[in-house]
Amino acid sequence: MVCDVCGKSEATVHLTEIINNEVTKLHLCETCAREKASEMEEHFGLAELLSGLADFGVQVESEEMTKLKCPNCGFTYMDFKKIGRLGCGECYEAFKKNLTPLLKRIHGADQHYGKAPIKAQKIIKVRDDIQDIKSRLQKAITMEEFEEAARLRDEIKELEKKMTRKKDKDENR
Amino acid sequence: MKIDDLLNKTSEWLKATGPNSDVVISTRIRLARNVDKVPFSHWANKKQKEEILSLAEEALEKTNILKGASYSRMTDFSELDRQFLIERHLMSPEHAFDPEYKGLIIEPREIISIMVNEEDHFRIQVVQSGFNLRDAWGLINKIDNETNEIINYSYSVKWGYLTACPTNAGTGMRASLMMHLPALVMTKQINKMLQALTKLGIAVRGLYGEGTEALGNFFQISNQVTLGRPEEDIIGNFERIMNKVIMREAQARRSLLMKEKEALSDKIYRTYGTLKNARIITSNETINLMSSIRFGVNMGILADVSIKTVNEIFIMSQPAHLQKLENKILTSDQRDMKRADIIREKLK
Repeated sequence: MVCDVCGKSEATVHLTEIINNEVTKLHLCETCAREKASEMEEHFGLAELLSGLADFGVQVESEEMTKLKCPNCGFTYMDFKKIGRLGCGECYEAFKKNLTPLLKRIHGADQHYGKAPIKAQKIIKVRDDIQDIKSRLQKAITMEEFEEAARLRDEIKELEKKMTRKKDKDENR
Repeated sequence: MKIDDLLNKTSEWLKATGPNSDVVISTRIRLARNVDKVPFSHWANKKQKEEILSLAEEALEKTNILKGASYSRMTDFSELDRQFLIERHLMSPEHAFDPEYKGLIIEPREIISIMVNEEDHFRIQVVQSGFNLRDAWGLINKIDNETNEIINYSYSVKWGYLTACPTNAGTGMRASLMMHLPALVMTKQINKMLQALTKLGIAVRGLYGEGTEALGNFFQISNQVTLGRPEEDIIGNFERIMNKVIMREAQARRSLLMKEKEALSDKIYRTYGTLKNARIITSNETINLMSSIRFGVNMGILADVSIKTVNEIFIMSQPAHLQKLENKILTSDQRDMKRADIIREKLK
């Protein structure tokens, strides 16, 4: 197995990191491992070194990563790695795959709870309703109340449709 | 807005009227907000940045809560004025760089300020005197709601408010306290305390924010995490932890007063003597000596000086304030002399 970082030497150090149940594996040669170790110490908790943190622990997918570009503003993932700032709000969606583990690492979470702008409040209400009905559905199934379960399932489907419609409407506004 | 109008009055938060103002000088909350779909300030083109500035003006005109506030472009200010605004904590040092396409909204009591086109399109800030997170949150929440009627903020159901730097995503909220912790420093408990805070996801910085040193036993302490918990939770948690810090400082002050009152009084009165007689004084020396005076006043050792005077000296003795008072550019040596004059005058 070759090293994930330099791609040349034989990997002798195998790093497994588990954060919030998400496993990332990194296979390194001795030289790169030494570099990573000192990097790890420096990076801990420092927002300034965010661009470094973004790189750390994520599988090296250089081909795919270098091509990532935000369709709204043209900012690339490589730009983000360089300066530690995103180009626009849409970049979050465009770089989702790499940002999710990063946000988890920074905040210990990747789902927002709290305030929402007026526009989003309706969608959030529907989402919370769906969550609520889903737990009622689970209960109905355990109680073997299948008629009720079927009704709740249809209700969820209806709400999910409503949510997609609302999202599309917002996109096209 | 005329900067000179601000010069001769005291910011609301410096009046030391808030709760626990012997330990907490001010409470500050800021929200980072951006306009939906528009590139963040560093990536936006001139036209887009102009649009953001116009939105700020529109929000100012149409919201009740910002009534009486004024809007200025950074380019309206001289370099000295910009430095003055930083010293007054109305904007960040970063906001003074590249002044083009940047704006600032200031409300006359200096409780509310909004930086436009800083790292995020809008950085809304509220400052209160003393330890007062609830009021600060109440006010900034209102400003956010009212401006949201006019501005469509960038937001995702998953990641919350979207910000230029992912460290601010989610609530976009940073709550911070400016604390004076001399007794924890003297009793050598401070490092342990700061380490414990860091472990709880709380950041500690110096007097002027990121990357500055902790002069005069002043510390700026703030929440680090912005994503995954509602604003009220973050604030409630922060409040509980900081209550403990305030209690510890108060305990340390009491024990110092019991064990070392004479030595302490001697040190404080000698410092007082220095400040009342100095002819040349640097700003770092001022901060360190005034820290001791502040401590003396709060401990009931020094009765001749009020906390308001102490706070005024802190603000007025800063480089840009001195030069605004003299109405001309001063060299560093000239400033050190002018500073000593003002301090002697205030402590008369």
